[in-house]
Amino acid sequence: MTGFQAPHIEYGLISPVLIVLGVAVIGVLVEAAVPRARRYAVQAVLAGAGIVAALVTAIVVFTRLGTFGGSAGHGDIVAMGAMALDGPAMFCWVLVLVFGLLGVLLFAERHLEGGLLQFAGQAAALPGTAAEREASTRGLEQTEVFPLLMFAVAGMMVFPAANDLLTMFVGLEVLSLPLYLLCGLARRRRLLSQEAALKYFMLGAFSSGFFVYGIALTYGYAGSMGFAQISQAIGGRTGGQALLYGGMALLGVALLFKVAAVPFHAWTPDVYQGAPTAVTGFMAVATKVAAFGALLRLFYVAFGSARLTWTPMIWVIAILTMVVGSVLALAQTDVKRLLAYSSIAHAGFILTGFLGARSLSDISAGAISPVQAVLFYLVTYGLMTLGAFALVTVVRDGSGETTGFARWQGLGREAPLVAGLFAFLLLAMAGIPLTSGFTGKWAVFTSALSAGAWPVVVVALIASAISLVFYVRVIVLMYVESPAGAAPSVTMPSVLTSVVVAVCVAGTVVFGIVPGPLLDVLGRVAEFIR
Amino acid sequence: MSFPWLTVLFLVPIAGAVVVAALPSRASSSAPKQISLGVSLVALAIAIGVAVGYDSGGGMQYTEVHQWIPTFGAHYALGVDGIGLALVLMTAILTPVVILASWHHGDGETGSVLAPARWAPKGFFAWMLALEGLALGVFEATDVFLFYIFFEATLVPIWFLVSGWGGPDRARAGMKFLVYSLVGGFVLLIGVIGLYVYSSGQPGGPTYLVSELAKMHFGTGAGRWMFLAFFIAFAIKAPMFPVHTWLPDTTEQATPGTSVLLVSVLDKIGTFGMIRFCLELFPGASRWATPVIIVLAIISILYGGLMAIGSNNIYRLIAYTSVSHFGFIVLGIFVLNSQGLSGANLYMVNHGFSTAALFLVAGFLISRRGSALISDFGGVEKVAPVLAGIFLVAGLSTLSLPGLAPFVSEILVLIGAFVHSAWAAAFAVLGIVLAAFYVLLMYQRVFTGPPREETRLIPDLNVRELAALAPLVVILVVLGFYPKPLLSWLNPTTQHTMSVVGVHDPAPTVANSQAEEAHQ
Repeated sequence: MTGFQAPHIEYGLISPVLIVLGVAVIGVLVEAAVPRARRYAVQAVLAGAGIVAALVTAIVVFTRLGTFGGSAGHGDIVAMGAMALDGPAMFCWVLVLVFGLLGVLLFAERHLEGGLLQFAGQAAALPGTAAEREASTRGLEQTEVFPLLMFAVAGMMVFPAANDLLTMFVGLEVLSLPLYLLCGLARRRRLLSQEAALKYFMLGAFSSGFFVYGIALTYGYAGSMGFAQISQAIGGRTGGQALLYGGMALLGVALLFKVAAVPFHAWTPDVYQGAPTAVTGFMAVATKVAAFGALLRLFYVAFGSARLTWTPMIWVIAILTMVVGSVLALAQTDVKRLLAYSSIAHAGFILTGFLGARSLSDISAGAISPVQAVLFYLVTYGLMTLGAFALVTVVRDGSGETTGFARWQGLGREAPLVAGLFAFLLLAMAGIPLTSGFTGKWAVFTSALSAGAWPVVVVALIASAISLVFYVRVIVLMYVESPAGAAPSVTMPSVLTSVVVAVCVAGTVVFGIVPGPLLDVLGRVAEFIR
Repeated sequence: MSFPWLTVLFLVPIAGAVVVAALPSRASSSAPKQISLGVSLVALAIAIGVAVGYDSGGGMQYTEVHQWIPTFGAHYALGVDGIGLALVLMTAILTPVVILASWHHGDGETGSVLAPARWAPKGFFAWMLALEGLALGVFEATDVFLFYIFFEATLVPIWFLVSGWGGPDRARAGMKFLVYSLVGGFVLLIGVIGLYVYSSGQPGGPTYLVSELAKMHFGTGAGRWMFLAFFIAFAIKAPMFPVHTWLPDTTEQATPGTSVLLVSVLDKIGTFGMIRFCLELFPGASRWATPVIIVLAIISILYGGLMAIGSNNIYRLIAYTSVSHFGFIVLGIFVLNSQGLSGANLYMVNHGFSTAALFLVAGFLISRRGSALISDFGGVEKVAPVLAGIFLVAGLSTLSLPGLAPFVSEILVLIGAFVHSAWAAAFAVLGIVLAAFYVLLMYQRVFTGPPREETRLIPDLNVRELAALAPLVVILVVLGFYPKPLLSWLNPTTQHTMSVVGVHDPAPTVANSQAEEAHQ
């Protein structure tokens, strides 16, 4: 036992994360080394290429999961037990990388602001000062957004794959800090944006505090941070339940904050509204994938044996989230805020699927499993929401994006294509059959009902009915009402935003009509390793 | 594998809808109408071909079954039995009739009660065709998941039809309709999900194929709550008391053509679903719920009749007559004997044609006068005798005059009710008396007496309108005197349903002979 034992790291298997982190670091260096005029091109290409490379390696690792050992499910515990590369983790990686790539495309859009990025020219220049005016006359661009995005993506990959509490905390912080910054970087309405960033940061810091405290209590109970050891402790230890329950609750608070579940949702509307829309779209989608991946692993693997303890807590939160999200959405008059509340309601629907937790032996062969349902819903939710936010970026007036309902009246006549696609995505979010929204809802509700959580399913259906009212209201606004005052206008985006919209709409159609292949893939990989 | 006729049948109108919608807005205003009429006639020809090839021995025919979403147990499965075929044929006949009758409604038409159209005229015809295709899909689906998708999808075209073309208050009416329908849809979804959950524990599950599900037993509690979910959704659709209030509001605002498709075709999904899903999937629960449902059905019959007598608006009146008639259909279904069931099956078809005739001829009348209020009319038979005559035929068929189609079905339902319980029959018979009141009173106030100043210039029906109404009148008369071909399709289906539900009556062929006696 003398000398230093170098930890054994499977660099090949975790290379997707390393590539993303490496590209992020190179991106920071680019800021210092590359002339200003060429930074945009270099950064955008670098970020895009980095994510594509990570995606390719992630898919290679994903397809080879079956060759690894492991009794239940396939996969491998790597990096001295710090990360678990199993089906759900790898699926989250692929998903986060896909949404990250779409995010890069949205970030790189320059047509909407007359040849400049949609981010503040110089983030350090205070709004309304000479410095800001100078930044705007010189056409400065803050190209650090690309490395920031890459750091966030790396955090989002570590988060759902973490196999102990400490790694999970590192993932949480790595994904959160860049997002706080990005939220404050809007080119227009900068005060609103900075306020959003500050709110998100303050509340996010609190939730991180909860997480750390939860780690401490759980460690006190289990004597370890590893998920497998925690699970064993729950099975083996008697006494000290207060520590466990406290730890579970505090960890739950922090994760539910990230997925914007009620009552930890208060930041969502303000942040979604204030942040640059490209950031909002990326954040709303990718953060949810990562956080639900982590939530699933923490509660199914580490706290799986204490299922009966945490199920009632999630019941209450799921019900609250769906009801509050959809009822408050009724009162909104701003498209971005509406989408924020809608994403809160969707978090509730995902939690409903999460409640399908039951022992593996209770899931009959061929029936849908909760992990499968939740991951499938994340795909459908992500595509619909990202597409909707991408469309929001193109509806503008003289002072940038215009998101008030009054300015969206009559959009159906002014811009039939944009309004039609937006209406389609709204109907998908409402869960109209033949869209992925319906198949996703069907999956999560089935999962919950199979576990006997029928009251939650009934509430979920009522919430779906309420949510239809506000989605249809926006459609009526665009199609039935005539424009009030100046007609809304749509700025033609470049191919970048168009590709994002096309991918999202196509995915929403395909997974609505033929969800079978994706569900099959998920059915094969939806098992955690311990 | 044989040719997928049923797929083609429902895809033809949908493809036609896409073509019509894609026409350039500046194309001549008659192109969308002509194309729509042509497409609906092609669909009719296919439907007639399917009917000719149908073997009256019964059972599901023209079946197509393909795996669709294995994880959900969902299939792309189509097929028609007797009642499905009858409703498919009815839909295929009514659509061209309605398109012909609504020739000018797309433009917002004349000085009638209609407000200016909200969207381009081609939209009206495109949505009509889309509705036809989806409704055909509903009647053809033999997989619960597929049925649910068609069921919900029909809401989109009908919502656009109601909120785009109709009276000044149509937006509110459309919203009310949508809310009721969506609530029904979500209730149904609970039942649909329940079927998955309970079938996944059984051999052959999880599955949504009706033929597989019918073999399974779900246990008393599970069967009952799923039955209720299905029944409530279908009761809203049908519509039954006390969830009928959206119907009068909607028909009052919609164009008559939209109302025909809504009442004659879409509402049949409710009663069709009760037979196909409530009875066949949950026989035990159906027997359990029978007493309450029969009472609700009788309330619907009497309440609909009384409300119709009290209505001053012709469109609302017709809507209430339908509430009453749907009461009869539901009564026939849930008395659970072969007379009642075959009467209900027949009633669905007959009601479709008689209500269509009444709505369309009333629409022609109302667009001439610019008012839907009975009190604004008087003496119309002097100035427009043909219109008055056809109105009378349609009205008499609604009150089930012997010799017209609905009589046969109504008498069968009443016999079924009597076999079940004399009291039920006694109350239901009152519905016939009420029907005589509301039809004849309306006829008297609108058509007889001296012509009023405003009605003196009402022109009679023109050739297009006559061409639209003639097929309906012919069908009503033919089916009134010779319902046997239709009954020969329906009876094997009735027997099948009876055997699934596990009820028997002494003489299985009684329905046929009753029917023959009935019109002798």
